[in-house]
Amino acid sequence: MSIDHVALLPAYFAAGTAVLAFLTDLIAPGRRAPVAAVTALGTVATGAVAILVGRGGARPTFCVPNAGCSYLGDHRGALVAAVFAGLTLLVVALSAPSRLPGEYHFLLACSMTGGVVLGYAGDLITLIIALETLTLPLYALVAMRRRRVESAEGAVTFFVISVVSTAVTLLGAALLYASTGALHFAPLAAALAHGTRPPLTTAAVVLVLAGLAFKVAAVPFHAWAPAAYDGAPVPIAGYLSTASKLGGLIAILYVSLYALAPARDLVGPTLAVLAVLTMTVGNLGALRQHRMVRLLAWSSIAQAGYILAPLGARSHFSDAVAASLGYTVFYVLLEIAAFGAVIALRGADDGGLLADYAGAARRAPWASGAFVLALIGLAGLPPGLAGLFAKVVIVRSLLGGGSAWLAVAVALNAVIGLAYYLRAALALFAPVLSAPAAGPRRAPWPVAIALGAATVAAVVVGFAPQFVLDAVGR
Amino acid sequence: MNAGQWLLVGALALPALGALGALATPRSADRAGRLVATVAAALAFLASIGLWFGHRASGPAPIRPWHQLDVGWAPGLNLRFHIGVDGISYPLVVLTTLLTLLCCLYTLWTFPALSVAGRAAVPDDPPPSEGGGRTLAALLLVIEVGILGVFLALDLVLFFLFFEVVLLPMYAVIAGWGGANRRAAARKFVLYTLFGSVLLLVGVFVVVAAAGTADLVALSSGRGAALSGGTQLAAFVLLAIAFAVKSPLWPLHTWLPDAHTEAPTVGSVILAGVLLKMGTYGLLRVAVGVLPDGARRVAPVLGVLAVAAILVGGLVCLAQTELKRLIAYSSVGHMGFVLLGIATLTTTGFQAALIGNIAHGVITGLLFFLAGAVKDRTHSGDLAQLGGLRESAPALSGLLGYAAIASLGLPGLAGFWGEAFAVIAALRLGSPLWTVLAVLAALGGALAAAYFLRLLRRVTHGPATPRMTDIGRVTVAEAVSWAPLVVLALAVGLVPALVLGIAHDPVLDLARAVTR
Repeated sequence: MSIDHVALLPAYFAAGTAVLAFLTDLIAPGRRAPVAAVTALGTVATGAVAILVGRGGARPTFCVPNAGCSYLGDHRGALVAAVFAGLTLLVVALSAPSRLPGEYHFLLACSMTGGVVLGYAGDLITLIIALETLTLPLYALVAMRRRRVESAEGAVTFFVISVVSTAVTLLGAALLYASTGALHFAPLAAALAHGTRPPLTTAAVVLVLAGLAFKVAAVPFHAWAPAAYDGAPVPIAGYLSTASKLGGLIAILYVSLYALAPARDLVGPTLAVLAVLTMTVGNLGALRQHRMVRLLAWSSIAQAGYILAPLGARSHFSDAVAASLGYTVFYVLLEIAAFGAVIALRGADDGGLLADYAGAARRAPWASGAFVLALIGLAGLPPGLAGLFAKVVIVRSLLGGGSAWLAVAVALNAVIGLAYYLRAALALFAPVLSAPAAGPRRAPWPVAIALGAATVAAVVVGFAPQFVLDAVGR
Repeated sequence: MNAGQWLLVGALALPALGALGALATPRSADRAGRLVATVAAALAFLASIGLWFGHRASGPAPIRPWHQLDVGWAPGLNLRFHIGVDGISYPLVVLTTLLTLLCCLYTLWTFPALSVAGRAAVPDDPPPSEGGGRTLAALLLVIEVGILGVFLALDLVLFFLFFEVVLLPMYAVIAGWGGANRRAAARKFVLYTLFGSVLLLVGVFVVVAAAGTADLVALSSGRGAALSGGTQLAAFVLLAIAFAVKSPLWPLHTWLPDAHTEAPTVGSVILAGVLLKMGTYGLLRVAVGVLPDGARRVAPVLGVLAVAAILVGGLVCLAQTELKRLIAYSSVGHMGFVLLGIATLTTTGFQAALIGNIAHGVITGLLFFLAGAVKDRTHSGDLAQLGGLRESAPALSGLLGYAAIASLGLPGLAGFWGEAFAVIAALRLGSPLWTVLAVLAALGGALAAAYFLRLLRRVTHGPATPRMTDIGRVTVAEAVSWAPLVVLALAVGLVPALVLGIAHDPVLDLARAVTR
């Protein structure tokens, strides 16, 4: 078996970034600037290599004759790798105000490696291992807000639930292997395509999906998310709600697109029910929140529901996947901008209560403006055009597939969503009743640049949505 | 690009640039910011007037734009930047630019203090001004962009996009500069109308998915894939609910009285004057124009609801004790006449709807300006505390009387034509249902006379109440911003051809397309 090392370059670069971050921390202990710089450069290099290799056409490798390839080196994988690298870069920049130990960046880069490999995964085992590589460092990262009980609580909840969900997915994969004898996506799909489906296979499909649903915090497997987000340092909460969520979604997309496509009659309705439950419960939960990060956590649960919805429709599968991916790109940009604004306004340690943001619009008009734009975008209204087009993508895909009830569910949920996004945005304009809350007077420059970059990117794709649609549609 | 296309782009771009310019001026130069906004509004008004010159309808019926611009935007979403103006949209475009200009002019002299969200609001003790006048003017311009976009859009997805643009700026206007209960009213407005908008989104893509195109010109002329009866019905119901929320149509009107009452004067003027017309225009151009089969099946229901709106609006007005709330409920009744006209699906009905739209925009805009002036002077909108305006401010009282009489539909003033034609259109359909509806609508018209005369008796006649004494005269600012509306109410009343002449051919084409 020959191995195409060029196709593997993005993964090498990502892993190399982690190693370099670790070594830099050993060479210059206690100093955060060199580690952060090395990690940032590594993420840039990883993203650039992924794009360069991706331009050259598909380069599958680790192939087994008559079965398929474990590593698909294709365009979609390159897009996923580039998005992971970009998100990691933003999170590194957003972590600038926090006093976190050196291994922070090492763990972050490790997590990115998982995400990069995930995009290229061609069989169930590679997929699950990549997803675990993405998630494992996060247990430690969530717990890094030392001397905080909530942080440890969040980390333990997250750890236990995540491990259980991985076990469930693995069990499903094992059962699938038992009933079909295949792990690679293509032969798995071929095996599922013909012949009757024994109950064992049905159970296996549902188990795989349920396990992955834990990762995206889909209802009813969502309870860990608010606790983990709120306990984690704010940049890690941002990473959880963007990169980690993206990982889970990519896994669900790949499994349902490549492996379980013939079982559409089972996958579709399961995901449709999951999607509607997720968006509704997420939105209703967010209505009651008084802590900013918890509100964003619940809202990101709801957003996962929108992302899953097209997969539940009867539309052409690749259209549905393109719609889901398109929405995800818009969402990830807006979400990371929202967390960036929280950090710019409140620092990286604690998101605080909604009431703590009183007077922020006066104190820091630019960061507040970016925050309001991100929130409005998440609500899907102009001037947050990126979010508006994201909703349009979803509704268009659902109606193209003839799932009008799902489209109406998405539309009505958008109305609930606006209620709490507006509440969060209004908090910035509230008058200051007491002494100004503690917080940095000026955001450090890496935070300002990251926030500015995310906001500009969101505005640009808002005016040129075709850019994103082309990238995910190929 | 030819001159017409430049004017189309200018009408949208000038207010947008003006809004940016007003926001970019420093806080200390608030008045300069408002001046920038006013200049932009004036330029946009000129651009909209300019659209009239060299107009020549072209293309297939029923939408034959005078000028149009068609540029690709996002093919993956069936979205094209396709805008154009024709005889149906032109009067509304001019009304929008005119009212926005008048409101911007008005803010040059006077605007309510920005009341920060969350502060316990006491109406008699407004919080100190924070230089928010230029922000208010900028928001008005953004709203103008949205409304003009809706009237100009010839692409369904673009239409939806502009439909949503107005939501948040209007929310901000009500929540930032409104009365005592502004936050609740603003939230109700934005959530209620977003509910309408999302149904519009679903309806639009039901049409786009079935027809394969989002181009309004192609869809109206039936050049898209033919839509089946079931699809037409489903899409029409979705769109009709969306537009009924905006118009508003009873029983989906409950956001309107709160929003109109709590909004600042300029907000109420824009809301009543042009924002509501997005609903009736959408119903006519998009729902009826694209889905004639669906329209024919749902029309009787629409007609019944419209007449219910007329009667409910009238009866509620008779019992109202608050000045702005009364005018707001009268809007429900007037828009009922407009919707009744559309529901008849006849040439006369469509013409009634169009002239009713314009007349309501002019007259109710004027009424809200006057009510705002009374409330600003007396700090009360309670009819029990008002009285004797005739003695303390004869000019204001005369104007209020004029506007009220115009609104109740006196022949010779603008309000008459829309209501009379709507009733005639319903009568001409001949069936028992429509005859009953016509009679009831006429009764509703009489109710309007009753409640407006009651309003005048309470406010202008009788001895001056303590709150009414020593109130100021009509200022220059007020005179300048009201005069065009006073003149237009008379002009449209005497020469309805001002509106009907422009719209005659497109309305004929549309009615033909619907009944084919």
